[in-house]
Amino acid sequence: MSAISREDVVHLARLAHIEMSDAELDKMTGELGVIVDAIASVSEVASSDIPATSHPIPLTNVLREDIVGQTLSNDEVLANAPDSDSGRFKVPAILDGE
Amino acid sequence: MSTEELVDFDVALEKYDPVLGFEVHVELNTKTKMFSDAPNAFGDEPNTNVTPVDLGLPGVLPVVNKTAVEYSILIGLALNCQIAEKCGFARKNYFYPDTPKNFQTSQYDDPIAHDGWIDIELEDGEVFRVEIERAHMEEDAGKLTHLGGAAGRIQGADYSLVDYNRAGVPLVEIVTKPITGAGKRAPELARAYVGAIREIVKNLGVSDAKMERGNVRCDANVSLMPKGAEKFGTRTETKNVNSLRAVEHAVRFEIERHAAVLDSGEKIVQETRHWHEDTRSTTSGRPKSDADDYRYFPEPDLVPIVTTADWIEELRSRLPEPPAERRKRLKADWGYADKEFRDVVNAGVLDEIEATIAAGTTAAVARKWWMGEIARLAKAADKEIADLGVSPETIVELDALIQGKKINDKIARQVLEYVVAGEGTPAQIVEKRSLAVVNDDAALGKAVDEAMAAMPDVVEKIKGGKMQAIGALMGPVMKATRGQADAGRVRELVMEKLGL
Repeated sequence: MSAISREDVVHLARLAHIEMSDAELDKMTGELGVIVDAIASVSEVASSDIPATSHPIPLTNVLREDIVGQTLSNDEVLANAPDSDSGRFKVPAILDGE
Repeated sequence: MSTEELVDFDVALEKYDPVLGFEVHVELNTKTKMFSDAPNAFGDEPNTNVTPVDLGLPGVLPVVNKTAVEYSILIGLALNCQIAEKCGFARKNYFYPDTPKNFQTSQYDDPIAHDGWIDIELEDGEVFRVEIERAHMEEDAGKLTHLGGAAGRIQGADYSLVDYNRAGVPLVEIVTKPITGAGKRAPELARAYVGAIREIVKNLGVSDAKMERGNVRCDANVSLMPKGAEKFGTRTETKNVNSLRAVEHAVRFEIERHAAVLDSGEKIVQETRHWHEDTRSTTSGRPKSDADDYRYFPEPDLVPIVTTADWIEELRSRLPEPPAERRKRLKADWGYADKEFRDVVNAGVLDEIEATIAAGTTAAVARKWWMGEIARLAKAADKEIADLGVSPETIVELDALIQGKKINDKIARQVLEYVVAGEGTPAQIVEKRSLAVVNDDAALGKAVDEAMAAMPDVVEKIKGGKMQAIGALMGPVMKATRGQADAGRVRELVMEKLGL
């Protein structure tokens, strides 16, 4: 039984502002389910005394000194922007979030 | 019902106990951003302090700013927090163009500092202890300008312009535990708390702490519960209340509004509220919804931060004296009355007075100048006292000239004006402008004789024992000597001449 329901995918699509057809939702529910199930098999070998980790290598404290480096020019920053105005990205008005 | 219905504050407090909670965001004043080496600077041309990391371009790798971590630990220590031995970053996912990555890099269940406290002293000396839940590291978002439609408001805007100079600027978010028991002092406590945080981060030197620039921003949570109840009511979160005065007003307004809603038998909706400075009121923002599902997960591009005891102790040794303790110490040292000291604090001249006393004046003399003539000159010039350019040495020199009877108080005030105008040191000005008081007894004696001759009735009064009548002679004598007479010497001369 997959841990991902169709409702989960509808919810995620809404959060990500991605419009999906019924067929796409069905397909994605199946595909995401396979991925989640595959990852879930990790907990079969990981006992409860093993802390969750997001890094395979036990690295800590990769830190940078507080020294200013190279920045992009304004033209470079906006090079990939679909639209811009007065040196700024121009985006459609978005109602939620604030 | 209308959201504008309010219950009088005192009436509301007879019936309900307010519970407060604050989230204060502090922008750190590091040279570079949290995860990139772009400059952390205010007021530059849009999208010029930006690197590929700040734009969230594919393949970039963020690297944590060590100074930002140390500043965060300093804030934690100053708030009496535990510092996490190990902590990490998480992605807070949301859809909004103020971050080009579609997530904010933040900390989730392992903040760098947690479980602290801070004592907040209100104006009359009453102290409230505010418990700190956590202080965590994160990054600021870009700045959006909404255009078209209703100007500047997101509702009705056609499009938005985005500047990512601020995106990635290091932030520390300080979150309190629920604050109960403040009662009718809740608005004052709110103001004092945010003021104390601002003072602490400024004193630590980790933030410019200018609220008008958004260096310190406050979200204020308010709920009411019936008096004596233990279960908290539903809260609202008023966003971005960005001055101390506004924090006080917003808390007061929400208490009055909540009471009206509850009195009418309705329920408070858990939502964000927007503060409007012009009408001193809040309006409904966005209710809690699906969109608040941030799907936090550990940031795979950043490895954990481990703090050693040595590192923490080294940082602890850098902590300056806490502002509240310093004030207590200075007040005791200087012997000012409560109100005198409070006025000095409110005028923001603690540093100046401390430096002046250290340079050699008494506490009373330092206060007299900084709270008197210097404050007056600053006000007249519409400047901050600190920007007037009066040094502690100037006050010491001026005071020495008075003590040495070279000049009197009135002349000294003039001299100070000339100092501010850039004419030199007090001694140079007295010399150059021939302002030294007339100590020459012959000249002074003549002026006194003339004054006494002109005012026989005053002389009779003095003879009759009314010593304060000598004051009446002062005016003509000062006039005759162009204000340069030593008042003490004039008094002596009058007494001598009358054989008293």
